[in-house]
Amino acid sequence: MGEASRISRYLYTVIVLFVIWIFLTSSLDIQELEIGLVLSLIVGALTYSIFTESGLANLHPKRVAYAIAYVPYFLWAMLMANLDVAYRVLHPKRPINPGIVECKTVLDNDLGKLALANSITLTPGTITLDVKGDRYFIHWIDVKDASVEGASENITKPFEKFLKVIFP
Amino acid sequence: MIASYIGEFLVIFGTIFYLLSTLGLIRMPDVYNRMQTATKSATLGSLGVIVGTGVWAIDHVGSYAWLPKTIVIAVFLLLTNPISAHALIRAAYKSGIPLWEGSVVDRYKEALGAENKEGGEE
Repeated sequence: MGEASRISRYLYTVIVLFVIWIFLTSSLDIQELEIGLVLSLIVGALTYSIFTESGLANLHPKRVAYAIAYVPYFLWAMLMANLDVAYRVLHPKRPINPGIVECKTVLDNDLGKLALANSITLTPGTITLDVKGDRYFIHWIDVKDASVEGASENITKPFEKFLKVIFP
Repeated sequence: MIASYIGEFLVIFGTIFYLLSTLGLIRMPDVYNRMQTATKSATLGSLGVIVGTGVWAIDHVGSYAWLPKTIVIAVFLLLTNPISAHALIRAAYKSGIPLWEGSVVDRYKEALGAENKEGGEE
């Protein structure tokens, strides 16, 4: 994806900053909103060039809908991960079978790769060790399939169907 | 009234996972497996405690202003915690800490070895 125009990137940064401001002040008082908007405009002008590359295209309805749908899906996976950890910690025999496996991803966007790495770290039994290009090195606490294809099937597939829409 | 119960449940839920996370630090055999349990349980535990406090405040402080703030803190934590875990585990590997002897496969070593070989031939 090519780079969006400067004005679109700037507006997107301001919108994100302003939403964070509204959440942090938790007040819809007109004075608070005014100073928040002014500060967002200033900070946005200073930081938009490192903040985003695709600008307002990030707010495409389909991508926002997938991002919202991703939240409960991810929280559920995280809860399962913690029950899994609880089982391994509390089980007297400590049933772990660790190893470092390699995965391939279909994502080619840096932000998407970051989101995938974060998701992998917080979901059942896996933690991202390193990313080189489209190869992920993952420490897996219970290795079921040491081959590249098998590991990708088990670890990255479930998230990619969401993330490739959110970060095309 | 209901918000108070939900908040209390979330805080207890979070503290249980904090406890599991500490227990994991003691029970696991090497640094990589410890990172696994510590990161996951501590993140979910923090989410539970932080958002639980926000929900609890609706009844006990009588203000909705806490909830958005706690949600922002929770989101920041959710975004930054895995990155710090990744940085720590990668630094541990790079400084030469061995895997547990029960580990079955180490693809990273193979990849690094292949890379060094290519670098040497050039």
